[in-house]
Amino acid sequence: MQSAVQTLGDRFRVAALLTLDSLTKAYPGVVANDDVSFEIGVGEVHALLGENGAGKSTLVKMIYGLVRPDSGTMTFDGAAFTPTDPRASRAAGVGMVFQHFSLFEALSVAENIALGMDETPPDLSLSIRNVSQEYGLALDPDRLVGDLSAGERQRVEIVRCLLQNPRLLVMDEPTSVLTPQEVGTLFQTLRKLRAEGTSILYISHKLEEIRQLCDRATILRRGKVVGSCIPAEESARSIAEMMVGAELTPPVGRVYSPGEVLLSVTQLNQTSADAFGTSLKDVSFDLHAGEVLGIAGVAGNGQDELLAALSGEVRAQPGAVVMKGESVGDHGPNHRRMRGLLTAPEERLGHAAAPDMSLTENALLTGWGRQRLHNRGFIKWTSTANFARAVIERFDVRTPGPANAAKSLSGGNLQKFVIGREILQSPDVLVVNQPTWGVDAAAAADIRAAILELADQGAGVVVISQDLDELMEISDTFAVLAGGRLSPVQPASGVTVEEIGLLMGGTHAAA
Amino acid sequence: MLRLEPRAEPSRLMTALTPLIAVTATMIAGGILFWLLGKNPFEAIRIIFWDPIFDENLSSYARPQLLVKAAPLILIALGLSLGFRAGIWNIGAEGQFIMGAIFGAGVGLAFYPADSVFIFPLMIIAGAIGGFLWAMIPAILKTQFNTNEILVSLLLVYVAEFILASMSLGLLRNPEGAGFPGSRNLRSYESAHNAELITNTGIHWGVITAVFALVAIYVLLQRHMIGYQIRLAGQAARAARFSGVSPNWLIITCLGISGGIAGLAGMFEVSGPSGQISIDFNVGYGFTAIIVAFLGRLNPIGITLAGLLLALTYIGGELASFQLGLPSAAIQAFQGMLLFFLLATDVLINFRIRWRHGVAA
Repeated sequence: MQSAVQTLGDRFRVAALLTLDSLTKAYPGVVANDDVSFEIGVGEVHALLGENGAGKSTLVKMIYGLVRPDSGTMTFDGAAFTPTDPRASRAAGVGMVFQHFSLFEALSVAENIALGMDETPPDLSLSIRNVSQEYGLALDPDRLVGDLSAGERQRVEIVRCLLQNPRLLVMDEPTSVLTPQEVGTLFQTLRKLRAEGTSILYISHKLEEIRQLCDRATILRRGKVVGSCIPAEESARSIAEMMVGAELTPPVGRVYSPGEVLLSVTQLNQTSADAFGTSLKDVSFDLHAGEVLGIAGVAGNGQDELLAALSGEVRAQPGAVVMKGESVGDHGPNHRRMRGLLTAPEERLGHAAAPDMSLTENALLTGWGRQRLHNRGFIKWTSTANFARAVIERFDVRTPGPANAAKSLSGGNLQKFVIGREILQSPDVLVVNQPTWGVDAAAAADIRAAILELADQGAGVVVISQDLDELMEISDTFAVLAGGRLSPVQPASGVTVEEIGLLMGGTHAAA
Repeated sequence: MLRLEPRAEPSRLMTALTPLIAVTATMIAGGILFWLLGKNPFEAIRIIFWDPIFDENLSSYARPQLLVKAAPLILIALGLSLGFRAGIWNIGAEGQFIMGAIFGAGVGLAFYPADSVFIFPLMIIAGAIGGFLWAMIPAILKTQFNTNEILVSLLLVYVAEFILASMSLGLLRNPEGAGFPGSRNLRSYESAHNAELITNTGIHWGVITAVFALVAIYVLLQRHMIGYQIRLAGQAARAARFSGVSPNWLIITCLGISGGIAGLAGMFEVSGPSGQISIDFNVGYGFTAIIVAFLGRLNPIGITLAGLLLALTYIGGELASFQLGLPSAAIQAFQGMLLFFLLATDVLINFRIRWRHGVAA
């Protein structure tokens, strides 16, 4: 490994734009970055890889001036680089596109861009048009951001960065909300930037993308650099193994034989409570015993609304949701859980789990009725703690114990807990939204395996996800949610990624 | 330069320590205030915090007063803490306190001059109902029309005060009172009198109820699904809805319990320490209880300690204004400082202070 790193270094001895030397940053109880050193060359697309909790975001925050290292130095273009805040970092030439956009939906594109800039050029609209034309980022400065698709919103963020002529562009999980077509457009833009000498630090979980795009990759594990490679010369699997430090076993193919209908959704219409949400329109599908139904779609096309309508958080017409022959559309979450319909929402902190509560208390959150964790309202704390402990053990949740707060867990571990909490309650139907979103490869594999095992035992599972590779891997049947409408359910085998991409782009035409 | 850095976990030490820091800071800032008013700050602080309990001459009067004043504060604050934990802000406990007193006293006076052991229990029930019903107004308006319970409950305090004035001038006025406003004195009507149960301790039925409420609320929060759902809703509203907690049910429950308890406190006050319905028998317990609830960290035991402390500043403040001629507004400002410093020091629970070396940004 050591010699490999050496030779890679030699091959990119062009000129380093940013050099990180022995960066260390400790938070109470955890060393987020431990002696991290690597360099990003001029005009290089450099991938930063690692499981959740490996220290990627801390590292990025240090580069962007949001966090200051405890020790170690950074050199930017030959000079010492010690940004005290994002403004200083931007002034030096670092641009940042965050995973979650910070845009005001009620303002126009130009207004949003002006808000995020330190110095606004005289004719902003013209500058925006020029930049978007130059880099193939179709964008109308006068449109309201609220009307834009996720891909277009990302372009707003990218254009905002490009207007400041960055020398280094940092992108955090840029493709997680894009359709395949939008990803293609983004990659063209990034390649053009690289050709002009802009360096890019690219953070992603999607190994295939990294293999296509990146010149070099640095791999972090538990805050340390554990390796670097040229992604094009590796397989996705070998990179993943470097990330997790163990060999991965891909799940084996499953024979799917549909059983009786467990869950039947008929003409479900639901006006979204959120002004910028997506209303569900005539959603209908049947879910059979043993079936894994994959529902694809770009974020914001009704996924949250569909989950809320199935979980019972939002009530519908009685007959719109029928569980094992019983109309439950007008019943709340606990009634549906008692009937075997369990759900796991996308947002772990604040929706699926209460961040400041212990894992025991979070086990009570959905288990109180179905697991009989109370006696006439009085909570059986011992049974509840045992239930939490069972989830932790069965799903290999890495935590000191059930008394720890949910927010102290890394994303992947909390997701294992949240999904495990439902699976361990033996659901007849399980609905999960984005089960592996922001989860590292090892945890994602565990979660997928658990979902398949549940289906093998005769349950029906609905997986709502934006990760097509994941859906292709685990789904028996397949549908796409676009603009609040669900496409007809079809067998997953034989569907091409291109077909899906077109269905997904149904409402927002991809540029 | 000072810098705040987020902590990974809230500091338990600081959760316990910040009330003490706030009390100390209040003493210092209050001392400066008293000094600016031309009084000896050390003497003023001593009179407020020390004399009521330890001064030989004063303590025989002041010590029983401690429980008399602390009981309504603790009782109301315990009720409020439930809603505050769930993010439901009942600011109108003062109004519910008044309505509880009117209902309780009204039932008692309706039986005058009958003699029965059932009258006082009936008054207790009526007091709770009065406070409960008054709290149901903001509750139902919120669930039906999504009005803001802070504004509605607060404004209803002033409505309640007008009703109180009307009662003491009209319906409940003492027919033998020579036309003076105010009801018959319940202290001289034995069946309706909330008497001191043990001489010179200040213990009356309100104190007993406060102890009972302390245990009940503690158990509710720690061991009961209702308490769990209240905590869950306060910490993560979406997670609560996902768990199956109905937001409307929660609003009705929290406002109902806090209103009922405030009504109880009002009833115990009017039938005991105050004795009669008068235009201004309420002295702001319902508002001070908000400070008590926060000073006590919304924790039943903390609220009990905070209630005793605030009662002490009430009594000590009276002594100080009596002995040093401090204006009563200065004492109120002093109590306000306590809440101010508590909220200010709260930041230490989730953040740590670091000294930043080198150049400032």
